[in-house]
Amino acid sequence: MFEGLSQKLEGALQSVTGQGRIDEVNVAETMREIRRALLNADVNYQVAKEFTANVKEAAAGEDVLTSVTPGEQLTKIMHDELTQVLGGEHEGVEMAETPPTVILVAGLQGSGKTTFCAKLARHFRKEGHAPLLAASDVYRPAAVDQLKTLADQVNVPVYSVEEDGEIVEDAVRVADEAVAEAQNTARDIVIIDTAGRMHIDESMMQEVEDIKTTVEPNETLFVVDSMTGQDAVNTAKEFNERIDYDGVVLSKLDGDTRGGAALSIRTVVDKPIKFASTGEKLDALTPFYPDRMAQRILGMGDVVSFVERAQEQYDEQEAERLQEKIRSEEFDLQDFYDQLQRIQKMGSIKELMGMIPGVGNKIRDLDIDDEAFTHIEAIIQSMTPKERAHPDILNGTRRRRIARGSGNEVRDVNQLVSQFEEMKDMMKTMQKMTSKGQDVDISSLMDKITGGGGGQGHSPR
Amino acid sequence: MGFLDTFTNWNDDDEQEKLEEGLDKTRDSFFGKLDRMVRGKDTIDAEVLDELEEVLITSDVGVDTTLDIIDHIKARVERDQYVSAQELDGLIRDEIAKLMLEGAEERPADFTAPLPNQPHVIMVVGVNGVGKTTTIGKMAHKYRRAGKSVLMGAGDTFRAAAIEQLEVWADRAEVPLIKQAHGADPAAVAYDTIEAAEARGADVAIVDTAGRLHTKGGLMDELAKMKRVMGRKIPDAPHEVLLVLDASTGQNALRQAEEFIDSVDVTDLALTKLDGTAKGGIVIGVSHQFQVPVKYIGVGEEIDDLQVFDRKGFVQGLFKGVEG
Repeated sequence: MFEGLSQKLEGALQSVTGQGRIDEVNVAETMREIRRALLNADVNYQVAKEFTANVKEAAAGEDVLTSVTPGEQLTKIMHDELTQVLGGEHEGVEMAETPPTVILVAGLQGSGKTTFCAKLARHFRKEGHAPLLAASDVYRPAAVDQLKTLADQVNVPVYSVEEDGEIVEDAVRVADEAVAEAQNTARDIVIIDTAGRMHIDESMMQEVEDIKTTVEPNETLFVVDSMTGQDAVNTAKEFNERIDYDGVVLSKLDGDTRGGAALSIRTVVDKPIKFASTGEKLDALTPFYPDRMAQRILGMGDVVSFVERAQEQYDEQEAERLQEKIRSEEFDLQDFYDQLQRIQKMGSIKELMGMIPGVGNKIRDLDIDDEAFTHIEAIIQSMTPKERAHPDILNGTRRRRIARGSGNEVRDVNQLVSQFEEMKDMMKTMQKMTSKGQDVDISSLMDKITGGGGGQGHSPR
Repeated sequence: MGFLDTFTNWNDDDEQEKLEEGLDKTRDSFFGKLDRMVRGKDTIDAEVLDELEEVLITSDVGVDTTLDIIDHIKARVERDQYVSAQELDGLIRDEIAKLMLEGAEERPADFTAPLPNQPHVIMVVGVNGVGKTTTIGKMAHKYRRAGKSVLMGAGDTFRAAAIEQLEVWADRAEVPLIKQAHGADPAAVAYDTIEAAEARGADVAIVDTAGRLHTKGGLMDELAKMKRVMGRKIPDAPHEVLLVLDASTGQNALRQAEEFIDSVDVTDLALTKLDGTAKGGIVIGVSHQFQVPVKYIGVGEEIDDLQVFDRKGFVQGLFKGVEG
């Protein structure tokens, strides 16, 4: 599913390798792969068409750099183009000059409005504001209860209108009164949760329009499920025509959707994507990052940053030195420690693994504890240089001292030492493979990990 | 490789289309276009395939399935030689409908049909916000109206007010609801539900589950556990595992189906929110690729807005309103 796009492009562009520039002919075939990638990512058909034409234009006549393959280069051009369309300056929520700031939240059924409203309320509370939630979803069974439960969790009050224990089905009234309530109770932000509605449901669209004209919100947000397919353009357009929203919220981005709808929406309505909602936990609300989204749509993983960071940390000389050490079985705990340091400089392990195409969504739920390294480092730091170089001298007394010195248990030290021995065995095995003529070197391993995106040390295809 | 040819000429086709729009303002349906395109020709040309491709892709059928369909049609045309647009139109619809699996007899979609098991246990699963609870409410109502006794289980103990929401539907459908407190073990609720269904001699037990993204391993395991627990009480239960898909979902529905099938062996699909402009074409690929039939479609928020899936009608819908 997540074959690297750059690899595919490589295939399509094989005929051009060696040619000096990307021209009309060698790009044409590649465009097909790009279209497929975009359509597979749920980018709208027409939008994909336009986008591909733009990339084609941008690519035509570009000099092929000698350091990268044409496939890589084209991927980069596309990535840049995509980032540009998705992006622009990050925009926050427009605040009112005189409080309360009124925020209207609308969208289709099941797009995640209520959860988003609670997250937004929490976000503002953390910034020192006093938000009030308005329960304007007066139709869906238990929608008000749902909002109240979530609001409780973030300690924000909810305004709802009930008569004789029944919800009054007047969304405009709830919104209007909530604003007055905020003024009376010195709440500086009102977030209006509305019922999910189909964009072709005339009376419901009229209702949200009425809410908007009545309360005159400072900010109107359109929430859209990031898994939405081709229809995203229709709903985004229709809602925009009716309520002229200020920004888009992409919800459920914690799944493995490629999220092409983001590109479609940005193209058909010129409104910024302001938030990404990523999970059911109420703190899972992040600003929207165009470049990450671009990579996601292209199914690239974060190849670009991964390669960059790997290059920063692994220069060729270092890799050679390391190989020599492994070969001569001199790899000791000090080397191990140095490697850990390097890896950590590249970022968190989970983040790093997430950048690898095809791995990203598989580890999203894994708890990879970066703290684990802290213990290992502390243990090694508590060893003398001699102990690091010759782990076999680590007897009981020394291990007890190291454990005390690093604030660990003796069994942690034991575990580290035995893990290290295992690792050395693995390295020996790799060495044997190499000596049998199988070419295993660090840079080719890097290549494998990055799906051929590695810059230096490229093996010829 | 029709896709390749047609795709490569995209931009040129664009201009062509604009030109033709000027010339021919009467085009209002896919069939109308088809008629215009095949008039006086005896082979299928790129333009027809182009048009078909756009219809399918914009209905969320997906690139791979679209390619499959186009290949099938090319092969059929070579073999059978169509003569008129009408024949080609029928052929296209036929090929698409054929990709979708027919329902299984032991799980009849018709609510009045006799069920092979008593209680017939149905577990309803899906990602967040697809309309599981609403679908359950509608199903309970339809079964009841068909004269069957129904029991619902509030297995979504996670989402805020999910139990209350199902309670409202239970009232509307006039069926009893088995529930525990918010935060209770959903497997225990599932067990209680089918135990009660057995004790009361109910015909149908429908168990709700919390929406979960298919990428959350732990939550998928929890779902598998719910299923196992039911099987311990009644062998073969649940007899039906219904995966609810939102018609507006794009290619990710394939991933959802894959993961849910992997965890709980989905037997049928329900496609919701077909009352909007989304065509829900992704179910073609899902049904074909995973060999799971589509059983129901949701077409609104009212209790009666659930229909038994009809392949022909669905394909009809794909071509309805194409390019006004």
